[in-house]
Order: sequence, then structure tokens, then C-alpha cells
Amino acid sequence: MASTLWVGTRKGLFALRADGARRNWKLVGPQFLGHIIHHVMQDPREPKVLLMAAKTGHLGPTVFRSSDRGRSWREAAQPPAFRKVSEGEEARAVQRVFWLTPGHRSERATWYAGSSPAGLFRSTDGGERWEPVAGFNDHPMRPQWAAFGTPDGEFLHSILVDPRDPRHLYIAISIGGVFESTDAGSNWTPLNEGCAADFLPDQTVAFGHDPHCLVQHPGRPERLYQQNHCGIYRLDRPGRRWKRIGSAMPKKVGDIGFPIVLHPTDPDTAWVLPMDGQSVWPRTSIGGKPAVYGTRDAGVSWRRLDRGLPHSQAWFTVLRQAMCADTHERPGVYFGTTGGEVWASTNSGDSWRCVARHLPEIYSVSHAA
Amino acid sequence: MSCTVRIASPLRSYTAGAAALAGRGSNLAEVLANLEQRCPGIRFRMIDEHNRIRPHMRLFVNTNEARELSEPVRDGDTVHVICALSGG
Repeated sequence: MASTLWVGTRKGLFALRADGARRNWKLVGPQFLGHIIHHVMQDPREPKVLLMAAKTGHLGPTVFRSSDRGRSWREAAQPPAFRKVSEGEEARAVQRVFWLTPGHRSERATWYAGSSPAGLFRSTDGGERWEPVAGFNDHPMRPQWAAFGTPDGEFLHSILVDPRDPRHLYIAISIGGVFESTDAGSNWTPLNEGCAADFLPDQTVAFGHDPHCLVQHPGRPERLYQQNHCGIYRLDRPGRRWKRIGSAMPKKVGDIGFPIVLHPTDPDTAWVLPMDGQSVWPRTSIGGKPAVYGTRDAGVSWRRLDRGLPHSQAWFTVLRQAMCADTHERPGVYFGTTGGEVWASTNSGDSWRCVARHLPEIYSVSHAA
Repeated sequence: MSCTVRIASPLRSYTAGAAALAGRGSNLAEVLANLEQRCPGIRFRMIDEHNRIRPHMRLFVNTNEARELSEPVRDGDTVHVICALSGG
């Protein structure tokens, strides 16, 4: 099985193509040189199709679609945008399309997009025309849910569609929390019990948390994990209280980071990439010694996976969309740094090698089969 | 009203590379609507969903910067679409 990694950067789109053994990687591109690429996703229902969230420094946000595995792209006729408002209403404009998620396998042309400021959008025609999801964007609680906005605006990301039920959705907002809908987005409820929010004055809030990355295991959809601003968590539904599995991480490393990645078939296996969340939040690898940590027991224990990674003076930052796994029997794990390097492990994290360097700041790395 | 619309380079993927096009309309809103008909998608990259000029875009009618899309455009005017971005 050949592999492609789509690498979205602050200055364009690149592809890393590997042979079946994943030994040799060839860098292809750039496409869209100068564009800010926040996310690229393959459609698992129709693997030739890719969607890409893009903008430039000057121009407004949009979505491009490829139906030939990324050889050519066409812009959406109606990119994600908030609805027109009446006088006196808050007139929010999409600043960036930050996240893309393919819909349920039974809804072959449905896609979801998340934006900054926090907005949820849906396309039912394969990404050509996007409509705001009013159930979230106009929810009476939405201004409070996303009240703790950073100057750049809060981000809506990690849109999850339950593989058992297309009406069952999760989203995450940084900063705002995790929210769940069981009616295809018409209504939403917070799902943050058990998560710390130690940056807030009130630790007992129902929302206002900062999930950095939320994932759902495809083979065991009742299992959720999140890498939060305040730790690593697991939640087995129908439970509602998150368990801080990051407590089992080494104390000197802590459990702060952006991405969390799941094994494609084993719901007990996950990988994270811890970062320095002390003092002024450098958000770099801890002590200049980057390491992935993996668990094979759903977070009861963690193992440091740094063979092949630099052992000193390597100050990686890896953003939430910039780490992924492939679907091989022994999955490959990949991440891209804001310093423009892509690192690959074809043995589930046991060893690493750099497969691309000198790229622009990397925003996303996604695998396409 | 006939005018000339000068297009900044980041938007020329919508104009088949053209740096200037003939425009039509009595104000900027009409000129941009006319442009959108011929270059689909170009307007939303410049103007947000609430008809506000995006933060890194500047629109001039001749040498006067326009703050609103209601800015009048007269026969023979030149509309300049300019991008404003600092840093790397």
C-alpha cells in the first residue's frame, strides 16, 4: 500500500510520497505556494477526493477540492461563511477554515468544517457549497461557550462523526470545551466533566475548557481521547466524566501537548507529543529533547519513544493537526514541526527518521492511502 | 458606468492572470458584483460575509481609499484592488 502524507504549511501544500515499504519518501510540490494551508483531508468514502482549507495572508478563507488525488484543485463555489445578521447582531466573519472532517459513510457527499472564530459548517455536495450549522452557530449559549476568546479568535476543531450514527457528533473549541450533539447538530451540550481548566478562576465550570485535540476510535467509537491544554484524558461513553490518563506520564515531562493520535485498529494504543507548558508556555519539546510518548493500555502507562529523534537542542513545536498515523498493520506515525521538518516512524514509534526538512512552518500532516 | 479595475497579484488566479479588467457599476458594490460574475470566487476573498472589506485588502477609487462598498464609481474611474500585508 503506497502512502502519501499531505503536508499543509504556512506557505503552501506539499506531499510526501512513499513506496509500499515506506522506506523511500519523495517530496512533491509545492502547490499553492504562498497559501496558508490549515488542513488537508482525504475522503475515506471516495479516496480520490481531498479537501483542503486554505487562505493567504491577504485574502479571505476558502476550501479547495480535488477529485484526482491532489493533482488538480477547484475552489468551493460557496466557501464557509456565517449567515447575514440583522442590525444589532454580532457580525462574525470566518477568519480561517481551520478543520475539515468527512461525513458519515452513509452520507457520501457530506463534509464538516470548523472555523475561527468558532463556527461549524456543513456541505452536502462534496465541499462545493457550505452552509452554517445554525444549531451550533446560533445556539443561545454559543457566545458563552466561546467567551474566553484569544485575540486570534477561538478555533472550532476536532469535528467527529460517530461511525455508528451520522446524527451523533462531537466538536471541540479552543477555548470553549468539548460539545456533543445527538441530532445532527441541531442542539449541543457540553461534555467537559473531569477536565481541568486551571487557567480559569472557577475550576468547576461546565465549559470554557481548552481541548487541543479530540479523537474517537473508529473501531470502538464509545472511546474518546483528548489532548487538552490541561492534560491528557480518556472518556468511555456513555460515561460523562473524563479520566486524566496523563497523570501516568513522567512528572518531568508532564502531559501538555497539542496532538493525540490513535492506532487505527487498537483502541488502547495512542501517541502524544508532549510540549513545555511551564511558566510562559514555550510550547517546545521539553528540555530541547523531543519525544513521542505511546500507550498500549489506554493510558494506564506510557513509554518514551525517541530513538532516532535528536537528543539535545531540538526545540520542536508540533501543532494539533500536524501528527497522524497511517493504516498499515503496524501503523506508521508521522509528525511535522513548526521548524519545517517531517519525522516518520514506520514501526509505531519505536524509531524515527526525518523524511523532509527545510519546509515552511508546518500546520498539518495527514495520511492518505 | 464603465471603469477599469486593477487587480493585485494575489487575486490574478481569478482573472486568468489579467492585471486589469474593464468594470461596470455605479458604486464599488456593483463593480465587485460585476467582477464576480466574470471571475467567480474573487469577491469573497476580498469582502467578508457582512460586506466588509477584509483587513488586508484596500480598495481605492482613483487615488481615494474607499471604506464602504457604497463608494460611487464614475465613468472612466479606476478601481484599484490592493493587498496590505506586513511581516513574513
